Amino acid sequence: MKKTVFLGTLTAAGLVAAAAGAQTLADVQSRGNLNCGVTTGLTGFAAPDANGVWEGFDVDVCRAVAAAIFGDKNAVEFVPTTGETRFTALSSGEIDLLARNTTWTMSRDTDLGFDFIGVNYYDGQGFMVPTELGVTSAKELDGATVCIQTGTTTELNLADYFRANNISYEPVPIQTNAEAQQQYLAGACDVYTTDASGLAATRATFENPGDHVLLPEIISKEPLGPLVRHGDNEWGDLTMWVLNALIAAEELGITSANISDMAAEATNNPEVNRILGTEGELGAMIGLDNDWAVNAISAGGNYGEIFERNIGENTPIGLARGLNAQWTDGGLLYAPPFR
Amino acid sequence: MTSITDSPKGGFHPRQLIYDTRYRSLTIQVVTFVLVVVAIWQLGSNLMVNLANLGQEPNFSFLNQRAGYDIGSGFGTAVTGYTSASSHLTAAYVGILNTLLVAFMGIVLATIIGVLAGVLRLSKNWLVSRLMAVYVEGFRNVPLLLWIVLIYAVMTEATPTPRDFRVDDAGVAQAYMVFDAVAITNRGVYIPGPVWGANSGILVAIFVLSLIGAFAYRRYAKKLLFDTGRLLPLVWPAIAIAFVPVILFYFLLGRPVGLDYPELGGFNFSGGLQISNPLVALWLALSLYTGAFITEIVRAGILSVAKGQSEAAEALGMRANRTMSLIILPQAMRVIIPPLTSQYLNLTKNSSLAIAVGYADVRATLGGISLNQTGRALECMLLLGLFYLALSLVISFVMNVFDNSMKLKER
Repeated sequence: MKKTVFLGTLTAAGLVAAAAGAQTLADVQSRGNLNCGVTTGLTGFAAPDANGVWEGFDVDVCRAVAAAIFGDKNAVEFVPTTGETRFTALSSGEIDLLARNTTWTMSRDTDLGFDFIGVNYYDGQGFMVPTELGVTSAKELDGATVCIQTGTTTELNLADYFRANNISYEPVPIQTNAEAQQQYLAGACDVYTTDASGLAATRATFENPGDHVLLPEIISKEPLGPLVRHGDNEWGDLTMWVLNALIAAEELGITSANISDMAAEATNNPEVNRILGTEGELGAMIGLDNDWAVNAISAGGNYGEIFERNIGENTPIGLARGLNAQWTDGGLLYAPPFR
Repeated sequence: MTSITDSPKGGFHPRQLIYDTRYRSLTIQVVTFVLVVVAIWQLGSNLMVNLANLGQEPNFSFLNQRAGYDIGSGFGTAVTGYTSASSHLTAAYVGILNTLLVAFMGIVLATIIGVLAGVLRLSKNWLVSRLMAVYVEGFRNVPLLLWIVLIYAVMTEATPTPRDFRVDDAGVAQAYMVFDAVAITNRGVYIPGPVWGANSGILVAIFVLSLIGAFAYRRYAKKLLFDTGRLLPLVWPAIAIAFVPVILFYFLLGRPVGLDYPELGGFNFSGGLQISNPLVALWLALSLYTGAFITEIVRAGILSVAKGQSEAAEALGMRANRTMSLIILPQAMRVIIPPLTSQYLNLTKNSSLAIAVGYADVRATLGGISLNQTGRALECMLLLGLFYLALSLVISFVMNVFDNSMKLKER
């Protein structure tokens, strides 16, 4: 009898512990920093600089969320994850947010128990080969040895693409981008395939980027976005709207340069006022102060600024906006109204 | 030490559970047992509750789903005929076969290295014994993973790419095949492979029969030696029995088995057999690393045999190598086998580091790619644990049988 009570108490304790896990915002606030999962190092997206400070396109999303919560863009603990460890890290609660060029797929969203909070980069899978091979199309890759990061959607796309085109290849599974780069440069594989943005970023770090070409085929849709655990909708909403705020800020012309002026007093654009908290109570709706968006946008600028600084055409990575332009410019970025 | 307790009068009192030495240890054991069971139950149920909260109850149906990824060519892929359209279960089989292959190859090579180095470590030649000491200390004091990666890196960086074998406009290639048959590249070693034509089954059967014949001859010669003391020549007749009929029938049957030479085509060599670099790197690293431990085990075993034994053999006029193989090693085996079993188990389990060089063992397929693509971490790890447990138990069983057969036989 006593044993039953004891066991019952333990079970109840376990249940309470599990339920407490749903309060991510409260956990983050009491901890004093955001745990954000990033790559182990992909220039332009997430990599530590010479001083060990993380920087990059995905890193800035983490910083914006941290700034929205704490008003401090440095209140982030970056946790490097591989393609294999990232999902376990998120579902175990080791990280609160995963911003690691992760492709949004249905099974990840449902079966794995995550929620994607939006898309911060519309990508597609491409191929990189040495120029000297003289290959001009992915369809000429019959019999090639292909380096591929394991545990990614690219692995499946690759199998499907080669199967559909009835050409053979030899996969070389690799765990990190750095390892892939080393294998590719050593000639252990003829082709390196991953998201086109990742290929551009990798090629930018080569000694002679001109010796390598990206093939024209883009064989998949890879909407890359940050994700959170399923089940804590408040936390999901918060992160989603921080991302939306960055995108809307670009559309509405709010930049890191003019944000202090615009936030100082109400402008004559009501939506700008609502985002910046000079009008309405949008911050309270996601459990934050009303200057949440001001902090988030001040952290690294609006979406366009983040893009240009990390991976834009003036960086070594040199990616054009393409699909990632605002919808008003013919791209796919489209933040829902702040109302 | 022991205290004499008067047997208590007037029946049992609960206090005795603690103060009576007859019951105390029992009490402690029962309490510990209950605590352990409760702890395990609590961990397990907590896991189940948390997984249920995440909507991830254990479910093995993913094993029958289409895997969707490709596994590099090799032993497992060839045997199972795996393609990206196969199921996760087939992918697991591919991994299991590859694990078995590298574990078997590793155990064989590690044993050879270990026994040789163990004997040489005791050599009276200062240089030889020092060299073996350097080998042992160098390999067993550096993590295995580093050796695997190092050997792999050397193999990929130091060998030419298949591209280098291409003859350029001036008629010169940067690298050439050995005897036009073996190509050593940074992706693997390509050797001529057999082509099984018609009647090749007969040839294989003849070869197996000749091998049995050779062993039967050995047995007969040994029996003759023990019974009559007559020593028949052993080596040459055995080799002749094993190979002459096969060679004869090879020509009689019209050369049923041909050779397929590797040839440079497109990006890679095609044809022949490919021994991939990841396999070789993993195999060498596992063998050299475990071999270092086996060396010490063999040395300990040899030193455990009383010096009088070798002195007696010497007195009888036995040559040193026969003393070693007939007197010392058989006795040393009793000391060697139990720790050797642990080393075999270590080697088998250490083969799970294969993913570091991209070798598709079971940890890389079931516990790596399948796990990632399906997100079924708990299920995959459980299956993986069961597999390694089963494999280890089989190896232990075989080694125990071997150990029993090596026991001192009193005659």
